[in-house]
Amino acid sequence: MATEPAPPSPDLRPTLAVWKFASCDGCQLTLLDCEDELLGLADRVRIDHFLEMTSAEGGADGQRGRLEGRGPYDLSLVEGSITTTDDAERIRHVRRVSRYVVTIGACATAGGIQALCDFADIEEFLAAVYARPEYISTLETSTPISAHVPVDFELRGCPIDRRQLLEVITAYLAGRKPRIPSHSVCFECKRRGTTCITVAHGTPCLGPVTHAGCGAICPAYGRGCYGCFGPSNQPNLRSMVAQLHHDGMSERDIQRVFRTFNATSPEHAPVPELAAEECHSSRTGTEIRPERPA
Amino acid sequence: MTADADVNTSPALAPDGLVMGKDGLAALVDVLIRHGFTVVGPTVRDGVIVLAELRSADELPYGWGVELEAGRYRLRERTDGAAFAHAAGPQSWKPFLHPPRVRQWSADRTEDGLVLTADQPAPPRCAFLGVRPCDLRAIAVQDRVLTGGAYRDPGYEGRRSGALLIVVECTEPGATCFCVSMDTGPAAGPGYDLVMTEVVDEYGHRFWIRSGSPEGSAILAELPTRPADPETREAARAGVADAADRMGRTMPEADLRELMAGTLDAPRWDDVAGRCLTCGNCTMVCPTCFCTTTEDVTDLTGDHAERWQLWDSCFDLDFSQLHGGPVRASSRGRYRQWMTHKLGTWYDQFGSSGCVGCGRCIVWCPVGIDITEEAAALHDWTHSRAPDEGSGPP
Ligand code: SF4
Ligand code: SF4
Ligand code: SF4
Ligand code: SF4
Repeated sequence: MATEPAPPSPDLRPTLAVWKFASCDGCQLTLLDCEDELLGLADRVRIDHFLEMTSAEGGADGQRGRLEGRGPYDLSLVEGSITTTDDAERIRHVRRVSRYVVTIGACATAGGIQALCDFADIEEFLAAVYARPEYISTLETSTPISAHVPVDFELRGCPIDRRQLLEVITAYLAGRKPRIPSHSVCFECKRRGTTCITVAHGTPCLGPVTHAGCGAICPAYGRGCYGCFGPSNQPNLRSMVAQLHHDGMSERDIQRVFRTFNATSPEHAPVPELAAEECHSSRTGTEIRPERPA
Repeated sequence: MTADADVNTSPALAPDGLVMGKDGLAALVDVLIRHGFTVVGPTVRDGVIVLAELRSADELPYGWGVELEAGRYRLRERTDGAAFAHAAGPQSWKPFLHPPRVRQWSADRTEDGLVLTADQPAPPRCAFLGVRPCDLRAIAVQDRVLTGGAYRDPGYEGRRSGALLIVVECTEPGATCFCVSMDTGPAAGPGYDLVMTEVVDEYGHRFWIRSGSPEGSAILAELPTRPADPETREAARAGVADAADRMGRTMPEADLRELMAGTLDAPRWDDVAGRCLTCGNCTMVCPTCFCTTTEDVTDLTGDHAERWQLWDSCFDLDFSQLHGGPVRASSRGRYRQWMTHKLGTWYDQFGSSGCVGCGRCIVWCPVGIDITEEAAALHDWTHSRAPDEGSGPP
C-alpha cells in the first residue's frame, strides 16, 4: 500500500504587498535594487502583491491583472500620492487588508513633486498639457497617504534609501521599532567626515533642516542638500532662510528650493513669508544672521 | 656616533632642544612610517586643511594658511611656505581616537547556539603630526572622560595608548581662537612625545624640536638635527608669545562655571535658540564632545545581529528621549545643555572645563553662533541687573 503523501506544510511566512499610487516607481525599484538581500527577503516573507515584479493576481492567461490584491497582508509598502478619487478609494482598501501600512518616499509621505499642483490652477495645467483634457479625471491636489488613512510608519526620501528600507522591513518582521532617526542631515555629514560646504565654500545647503537618511550624499559631492528627505524634527526655518539668503539665494530661489519633493510638508508652509521678510528687509544683514567682517 | 646621539636625544641632556630644517620634517615622516606608525597630519583637501594619513611630508600644507570667522573658513596662500601656520581645521583628532562609527560586537545564531564575537581589531599605531596645544589638552580631557572613570571605553583606550603625539606650537592663531582664555595654548602643555615650534625668517625655515617621552627621544635620535642655537629658540619663543597677543576671541573675565550656573534663566537663551538650527555640527566638531548612542542592527534572517556605537549629540531630540518624550524638547534647552556642559557642569563631572578654546564650534556652525559671544552676552546680563535685583523676591 503506497503511503499517503504528507500534506504540504502551511506557508507561515508573513505576507508583503507593494502598492503604487501617483509616483515614478523609483521607490519600488529601490526594493528591487536590494539585490543581495532580495533572496533572503523572499525566504522570510511571501511577496504577494508587487506589480513591479510580478503580474497581478488573476493576471494569467492574458487577462488584465486586477489592480486590487485581496489580502490580507502583514505589511503593505505604499508608494505614491493620492491624486484621483479612484485612488482615494483604493488606499482605503489597502488599509483594510493590511496589518501594517508603511509609506515609502516623498510622494506617499508628503504628496511628492506633483503636489506643486496644489499651488496652481489644475484646469490651466490640464489645458496646457493634454490635447483632450476632458479625458483626464484628477483631484485638484496631490495628498499624502496619511491624509486618507492611518499610517504606521512613513519612510522619507526621493527616492528612499535602500538600507533604510531594509531596516524598516526587518524591524516589522522582528516586531520592533525601526531605527530611523529624525535629526538633521548634518549629523550624517559630520559622521561621514565630509567638510561642510556651507562653511568652507559658502554653498547654500538645506542639510541643517532636512531629515537624515540619505547618508549626506550631496555634500559629499560638493553640492548643497536640496531637502529630498523633507523636514527634520523641529526645523528652524527662520534661521535657515536667513542663512540661505546670506549664502546668496534670492527670495525666489529660497521659495523654490523648499518647493520641490516635499512642497506641501506643513513644516515648509511659513517659508514664503519668511523668505519675503528676510529678503525685503532693508537691512544688509539680519539680526538672525548678521554680516560678519570679511 | 652613538655618544653624539645620546647627547642629542635625552631630554635631560638636551634641555635646550634641537633644531632641524625642512629635511628633518621629511625624515620625521619617513622614520615614523618605518617604525610602523600610520602618520596622520594636516593636508589640503576639498579646499580646507584636513587631517588625513600622510605618506610623505610633501603632503603637508606648505604655504597655506586659513582665514576663519564665525560660520566661515577659507584657505589663504602664504608667502613664507610655512607648514603649520594654520589654526584648527574642520576635524580634531577625535575621529581617529573616538571614531564616529565603531562596531562593538556581532552575534550569530548557529546550530551550536548563540555565538557572540567582540570586535577588537588591533588598532593601527597612529602618529599624530601637528597636534595644536589646544587639541593636546582636548585629548587629555577626553582621556579623563573615556578612560579616567568607572566607565572605560576599551576601544578608545587601545587607540589612545598606541598614539604618538607630535605637537606643533601655535604661531598663527585664527580669528576664532581663544586658547589663552582657556589656558590651553598657544604654548604646549604636558603630554606630548615631541614638540616643535616652526620658525621662518631670514635665517631659513626650521623647527625647534624637543622630546617629552622616551619614545619621542628615540624618534628624535634618528632625525638630522643640530643643537638648538639661542637665536632659533628666541625666535620660536617670540613667535608663540606673539601668538598669545593675537587671539581672535576671548572669553569674558569671569568664573565661567559660576556664570553658567547663575544665568540659566537669562533671556539670551531664547535669543540664541532663535538662531540655532539644532543641527549638531558644533558637538561633532568639538574635540571634547564624547557622547555616543548605540544602534543594534539585525539582518533579514534574524540570525545575525550587530551592535554599533555612533556619535550622538545633545542637539538631537532623541538624545534625551525617555518614556513620554524628550526631556529637552526646546532648542533653547538643547543649546543651553551644550554650552553649560562645555563651560560649567563639565567641572562637576570631570574636574575641568569641557572647552579648550579651539574655536571649531564657532567656525563650523552654519549660522555662525559664537560661544564666546554668547558667554559675553550672559556676562553682560548678570551685570546689567542691579545688584539688589535678582537675589531673592522683592
Ligand atoms: S554641508 Fe550641509 S549637511 Fe553637511 S554639515 Fe554643512 S550644512 Fe550640514
Ligand atoms: S566648545 Fe567650541 S571652542 Fe570649546 S573646545 Fe569645543 S569646539 Fe572648541
Ligand atoms: S555638550 Fe552635549 S554632546 Fe557634548 S559632551 Fe556635553 S552632552 Fe555630550
Ligand atoms: S549652535 Fe550652530 S552648529 Fe550648534 S546646533 Fe546650533 S546651529 Fe548647529
